[in-house]
Amino acid sequence: MLDLKGYGPALMEGAIITIELAFLSLVLAVFLGLIGAASKLSQNRLLRGGATAYTTLIRGVPDLVMMLLFYYGGQVAVNNLSDLIYDAYGVDFFFQFDPFIAGVLTIGLIFGAYMTETFRGAFLAVDEGQIEAAKAYGFTRWHTFRRVMIPQMMRHALPGLGNNWQVLLKTTALVSIIGLTDMVRVAEQAAKAERSPFLFFIPVAIMYLLITAGSELFIKWLNKRANAGVIQGD
Amino acid sequence: MPEMIAEWLNQNDIFTATTMLHYWGGLVTTVQLVFLSLVLGLIIAVPLAILRTLRNPFVSGPVWLYTYLFRGTPLLIQLYVIYYGIAQIEGIQDTFWWEIFRAAFYPALLAFTLNTAAYTTEILRGAIMATPQGEIEAAKAYGMSWLMRIRRIVLPSAARRAVQAYSNEVIFMLHASAIASVVTIVDLTGAARDIYSRFYAPFDAFIAVALIYMVLTFTLIYGFKRLEHRLLRHLRPVGS
Repeated sequence: MLDLKGYGPALMEGAIITIELAFLSLVLAVFLGLIGAASKLSQNRLLRGGATAYTTLIRGVPDLVMMLLFYYGGQVAVNNLSDLIYDAYGVDFFFQFDPFIAGVLTIGLIFGAYMTETFRGAFLAVDEGQIEAAKAYGFTRWHTFRRVMIPQMMRHALPGLGNNWQVLLKTTALVSIIGLTDMVRVAEQAAKAERSPFLFFIPVAIMYLLITAGSELFIKWLNKRANAGVIQGD
Repeated sequence: MPEMIAEWLNQNDIFTATTMLHYWGGLVTTVQLVFLSLVLGLIIAVPLAILRTLRNPFVSGPVWLYTYLFRGTPLLIQLYVIYYGIAQIEGIQDTFWWEIFRAAFYPALLAFTLNTAAYTTEILRGAIMATPQGEIEAAKAYGMSWLMRIRRIVLPSAARRAVQAYSNEVIFMLHASAIASVVTIVDLTGAARDIYSRFYAPFDAFIAVALIYMVLTFTLIYGFKRLEHRLLRHLRPVGS
């Protein structure tokens, strides 16, 4: 039906890379977001300051600039490190800093900052009495965090988390600029070679729409599950 | 102070006057691109948002589809489709439009405008929908026509509610404009990429440009805070 001039399989592989990239970045972002939110709510002034600096810094800089900095800067940093190791120990190693790693690191770091804000709000929404009850049961702080705080705050965090995920997914398109052969890059190369931009970009756009629509349904389902047993007012 | 700056400029190899001018040119392009697309986007978004709130599905449906498509796909794809796609339109090379769209600036402006208009439409729609029913009833009781109600009651009241979300959209647009550098435009990011490849100094080139973006971002955030403060002054407690 749709003649992709032999680029079909490459586009499919690109789509898989896009999804892998998005998932790994999401995992990193959630991890950083939990740490960030916990630091922002902690008593320790140093941790609070660090988390605030992190979120402020990320909000001020475009994602593409950060990605370029990580990709090109990362390679220079790795090269310098390998020079240092060679001089000191005579061990010769070379590490190619590839766009996939740079992409996951950058997107994870950026969305970690947004997740920090989401989780911070969600943690604040957990009833104080729950934490007191955990204390009364002799839970340690880590135990309270993992067993009481996280399960209960997830319910409040889900809508924000879902929004962040949708934006994150679209941000992965940027990684094609630093040379990762995701579906955007395949489409761009194919469009240039075949001189038919619509033929290749429209299916990729539809692919993005399908993924976002699918995740929307999934988030709705999760939301329903997470709110099971909660009586919601109208 | 000027001597100090001159001395510092003479001492380092990367941030020479030429480089600084290159960054300056990029800054001008970025500001132009972002400002124009935001203004045009807002002009498109206001009527679309009103249409989007109408009950007739044949009116609100197409607007929904437009915002859904533009918000559901990456801006980079939209830019590529417009940038590469315009040259493919039959016979465009013979019309005067070709003079305009041959350079990368106008396709990028078009893509950014359509994108921000879609987001702004949804922001405004939310704000319009949240208009207190009493305000509209009061306007009706005064015998205002639909147009006058929209103009005098609904839009001013919605604008106040929309400022916060719109400021986020402005920041988002400023950051998203960095992808203009991909289609050969020398904006701030484009300038940084040039300087990086000239000196092979990624940290200097990109950290400098990141700082410029940060200054722009926080200036905008401050400006919107002031605006919000002004617009919502009737909601402040007395005496504060």
